[in-house]
Amino acid sequence: MWAIVRKDLSIERRTGEMLTSLFLLALLVILLFAFSLEPDRLRGPEFVAGLLWTTLLLAGTLTLNRSFVLERELGAWTALALAPVDRGSIYLGKVIANLIFLLAASVLLLPLIAVLLGTKGIAPTPLLPLSVFLGVLGIAAIGTLFSAMASRTRAREVLLPLLSFPVLAPLLIGAARTTTAGLAGEELEQISSWMLLLGGFDLVFLTAGWMLFDVVLED
Amino acid sequence: MSTDGDSRAARLKPWSDVALPALTGVTMLAAVIMVFWVVPNEKIQGVVQRIFYFHVHLAWMCFGGFVFVAGASAWYLKTGSPVADRYAEANAEVGLLYTTLMLWTGPLWARPIWGVWWTWDPRLTMTIVLWVIYAAYLMLRRLGEGDETIMRYAAVLGIVGVLDIPLLVLAVRLWRGIHPAVMISDDPEAGLRNAAMKWAFAISGVGLGFLFAWLVSLRVRFTTVDQELAVLAAEKEHT
Repeated sequence: MWAIVRKDLSIERRTGEMLTSLFLLALLVILLFAFSLEPDRLRGPEFVAGLLWTTLLLAGTLTLNRSFVLERELGAWTALALAPVDRGSIYLGKVIANLIFLLAASVLLLPLIAVLLGTKGIAPTPLLPLSVFLGVLGIAAIGTLFSAMASRTRAREVLLPLLSFPVLAPLLIGAARTTTAGLAGEELEQISSWMLLLGGFDLVFLTAGWMLFDVVLED
Repeated sequence: MSTDGDSRAARLKPWSDVALPALTGVTMLAAVIMVFWVVPNEKIQGVVQRIFYFHVHLAWMCFGGFVFVAGASAWYLKTGSPVADRYAEANAEVGLLYTTLMLWTGPLWARPIWGVWWTWDPRLTMTIVLWVIYAAYLMLRRLGEGDETIMRYAAVLGIVGVLDIPLLVLAVRLWRGIHPAVMISDDPEAGLRNAAMKWAFAISGVGLGFLFAWLVSLRVRFTTVDQELAVLAAEKEHT
C-alpha cells in the first residue's frame, strides 16, 4: 500500500505534472466563475465554500482521470493485478496518493479564492480543515474507484465525471455546508449531523471501494 | 453463451409472452378506467390529483428498480452469470423509464398546485440525482461495448449506486429541511378517503408493477437473443 503511495508521490515530485495541472485548472475555473458571474456579488463564506467545492470537483476529476493512465499505458496494470498483495491495499494506496494531491490543491486554493473573491465575514475555525479533509477523502475514494474503471473505456474523460458527480452529490451538499460553517466561525453542534454525513459517506465508499477493487483490477 | 442462460430464457417465454402482457393489459385498462371515470375529484386539489394514482407508484418502483439492479449486480459478481447481467441492465433501463415518467408527471401536478414546475424540495432533488445515476450506469454500458470487463464495472456501479441512496436521502433532507405544507399536500394518503380512490390506487400500482416486470422480461429476452445471434454470426464467420 505504502509502496504505491511512495511511487505516485515520487513520480509527482520529479515531474510535478499532477499538482501543477490541478492548480492551473482550478485557477481557471475560479476565473471563469468571476468572468461569467458578477465578481462583486460572489462574496461571503457561502460563495467561497461553494466555489472551493465546485472547483475541487471539476479540477480534481480531470486530474484523477490521469490516476491510472500511466499504469494502463505502460503495461503496469497487469503487473499490479498479478502482484501478490491484497488488491484492496492497492486501492487504498491510490486513494492516499490522490488524497494528498487534492489536499495540497485545496490548501493552495482556499486562500486564493478568499483573496480573489473577498474575505468579508470569514473567520476560519478548526472545523474548516476537518470538513475539507472529509470532503476531499470522499472525492478520492469515489474518484479512484471510478477512474480505474473509466480508464478502460472509450471516452474516459467524459465518463469519469459522468459516473462520479451524481454519486458524489450527497458529499458535495454536505461539504459545501460544513465548509461554509468552518469559514463563518460556527460551532460544531450546529453542523454535527453534516459532519456525520461526510464521515459516513467516506466510510461507506472506502469500504465499498476496498472490497470492490478486486473485481475492477481483474482483467 | 452459457446454456444456463438459454434454458432460462426458454423457460421464461410462455410466461412473459402471454401472462405478463395479459395481466398488464387488464390491470392497466382497469386502472385507467378507475382513474378517469370512477373516482371522484379530490376535494382540495381537484382533477390534477388523479395523476397521483400513477405518480406515487412510479416513485417507489424507481427505487425498487435500483434495488433490483444492485441485487442482480451482486448476483453477477458472485456467479459471473450473463443472465444476472441482463437482469441488471433490463432493470436499469426500465428504472430509468419509470424515473423519467415520474419526473414528467410530477411537474404536471406541481405547476397547478405549487405554481411552479420545479422546486428544490428534498424528494425532487433526490429523484433528479437518481435519474442521473441511472443514466450514467447505462452510459457506462454503452461506452464499454458489452465486453465482460464492462459487465463487471457496471455491476460495481450498480452496487455503489444503491449505497448512495441512503446518504442522498439524508443529505437532501438536511439540506432543504422539511417543508411541512409541501409534504402534507404531497402525501397521497391525505386525499384518499373514498373507497373507489383506494381501489384505483391499488389497481394502478399492480398494473404498473406488471408493466415493469413485462418490460424487464422483454428486455432480458431481447439481449439474450441478441447475444445468441452474435455467437451464431461469429460461428458462421469461422466456417
